[in-house]
Amino acid sequence: MTTLSESTRNFLVELCRKYRNDEHELINVLHEAQDALGYLPVEVQHLVAGELKIPDARVYGVVTFYSFFTMVPKGKFDISICMGTACYVKGNELILDEFKRRLNVKVGGTTPDGIFTLSTLRCVGACSLAPVVSIGNKVFGNVTPLQVKKIIDEYIEKAEELH
Amino acid sequence: MENTIIKFAMGTCGIASGTQDILNLFDKELSRLNYPASLVKTGCMGHCYAEPTISITLPGKDAVYFGNVNEERARDIIDHFLLKGDHTEGIIPPEGDFSRKQLKIALRNCGEIDPENIQEYIDREGYKALMKCLTKKPEKVIAEIKDSGLRGRGGGGFSTGLKWEITRKSKSDVKYVVCNADEGDPGAFMDRSVLEGDPHSVIEAMIICGYSIGSNNGLVYIRAEYPLAISRLKTALNQAREQGFLGENILHSGFSFDIEIRYGAGAFVCGEETALIHSMEGMRGEPTFKPPYPSVSGYMGKPTCVNNVETLANIATIIRNGAEWFSSIGTATSKGTKVFALAGKIKRTGLIEVPMGTTLREIIFEIGGGIKGIKKFKAAQTGGPSGGCLSEQYLDTPIDYEHLLEAGSMMGSGGMIVLDEDDCMVSMAKFYLEFSIDESCGKCAPCRLGNKRLHEMLVKITDGKGTMADLQKIKDLSVVIKDTSLCGLGQTSPNPVLSTLNQFHDEYVAHIEERNCSAHQCKELIHYVILPDKCTGCTVCFRNCPVEAIYGDKGEVHSILDHQCIKCGICLSKCKFNAIIIN
Repeated sequence: MTTLSESTRNFLVELCRKYRNDEHELINVLHEAQDALGYLPVEVQHLVAGELKIPDARVYGVVTFYSFFTMVPKGKFDISICMGTACYVKGNELILDEFKRRLNVKVGGTTPDGIFTLSTLRCVGACSLAPVVSIGNKVFGNVTPLQVKKIIDEYIEKAEELH
Repeated sequence: MENTIIKFAMGTCGIASGTQDILNLFDKELSRLNYPASLVKTGCMGHCYAEPTISITLPGKDAVYFGNVNEERARDIIDHFLLKGDHTEGIIPPEGDFSRKQLKIALRNCGEIDPENIQEYIDREGYKALMKCLTKKPEKVIAEIKDSGLRGRGGGGFSTGLKWEITRKSKSDVKYVVCNADEGDPGAFMDRSVLEGDPHSVIEAMIICGYSIGSNNGLVYIRAEYPLAISRLKTALNQAREQGFLGENILHSGFSFDIEIRYGAGAFVCGEETALIHSMEGMRGEPTFKPPYPSVSGYMGKPTCVNNVETLANIATIIRNGAEWFSSIGTATSKGTKVFALAGKIKRTGLIEVPMGTTLREIIFEIGGGIKGIKKFKAAQTGGPSGGCLSEQYLDTPIDYEHLLEAGSMMGSGGMIVLDEDDCMVSMAKFYLEFSIDESCGKCAPCRLGNKRLHEMLVKITDGKGTMADLQKIKDLSVVIKDTSLCGLGQTSPNPVLSTLNQFHDEYVAHIEERNCSAHQCKELIHYVILPDKCTGCTVCFRNCPVEAIYGDKGEVHSILDHQCIKCGICLSKCKFNAIIIN
């Protein structure tokens, strides 16, 4: 178990206080915590549990129940393949396979260089553009397996620029 | 002189298609030309097949809709339509097949108003229904909703008026109105579109519901995956508070009501009322046994009235136009209209609203324009992971709650995915089952484990290892899962399997006995082969194969290594000589 930095501890204590340390606000607290910290490691869960005066297991139960919460840090860019029905019938599996193959990670995995996390999501509702891939706020529509390499290269370049 | 009004459809999909760039272009060009126009950002206009979509209303004229407005077309519209009054490409005819059969009640303002400007909602008779209700007895309001015949649009189809009445009769000092905006059904986006395009219609209805059942507290449970809907809803709530429609002593009536937002965190099961309530309480979203129903004991143990977004979007119009008007639309048992998110292998995908009783044929072949390309219609899937597939024989079935159930599907929340010959029905069933397995909360063994076993049997079939005995086992297990699961998710999860097995029995049998997938979708059952007499040795397939499964020298006939082939189909799409076929 690693220890949280002083500023992270203060942030979380303040956050819980903002929600009146009300246990029913747990999901809202976790949303904001993940927004700020990127993920919810056990240490964060333990602190939140203490502040809201509920068992650690309750927090852990909630974090692992909802797909939105993650206990491992994500890559710089989260590549999400839409798994909605419209995307499925338009061949999203081929797109997903191609990303898996090129990035050499499983769904939910992060590349060793920390640039990409490959994930799936339920439906972004842009069904007319199926199959859809979303990275951050950007939505790529009508994606073909051949475009996958181009998309990856585009973001590798972006990652290098950020360096 | 009045300004020309130009509206830009800026729902999530409009934005993804680049509508913002088009808006910027209009803004820049029109100010350069000093052309007097108001540019308005609206929600979805429904023409998803033709995004970016815009509408232009010249002073004193009807609105004209333009589809597929790219940069070039935008300049064309400015140069010819706006400046010279000429006809331009891309006009969507108002009386065309897409619009003619539609009737917009829940979507009445979507794509018409700026959702971030309350005045535009008020100008279209917004909050009038609320004012009308505040002068009436709550019982009268409930009677009106009951008489209208409005039923829950989230899929259940329970009488909305009756739900309100039961919650009203539950005795408690505190009650809650909950709007269920946890639209988890893949392929369904009508709730998102309503909240993005017309949030006030939902807010107004929640206040009316609160007044009717005697509640001062409203909660919207919304998916965290819908950031745009959340931000527009927040803006709308603030504006409603400023104008005195929300808060203490609404419009000096003595009635107080306010609305809070609660976020989902990605769990399909939370669409179920009891699971949703647990999630709002900060717990795992696991369903519990009913009764007690939420209308008796819900959020924090208090009577709670849970209504879906689309249901609420109907309320204000019913109050304004009366129950009689609303119940004159639709069929004997299902009144009003239904919004469908039309997607899949169809020419015109979109967000549509039709009177109940419209047939599948009208929706798919008139509004949707039929199947894309030269393929044949195979089935329409409604009800998402809880529903089923409707084959050709049901094309003329009027769509309402009862008829869809009889046909082995269900209304569900309104996703409608159209499938053609290239879609394998066994794989389709497998797809939905994977969804249900993923989203099962794990509380009941039949759903948690039964669906996994069901899935294994389907995988066996799509891998070409199935037996006829498996089909009977699938049926038996499905019945057990349906009968013994606690909540709607488990009770309906085998539906896609049963309905495809029922309507496409031959396709299952072909997978088992002939090891044949006619849709060429089951990878284990297909092989890509190069025809020696057609191959010219041009090397295009060789160069494009991502896994080096193709070999052959330039000018020589190429071959595919089957064990290395990942069946991605790239070679087939690249070959100019039709030399590659699927066996």
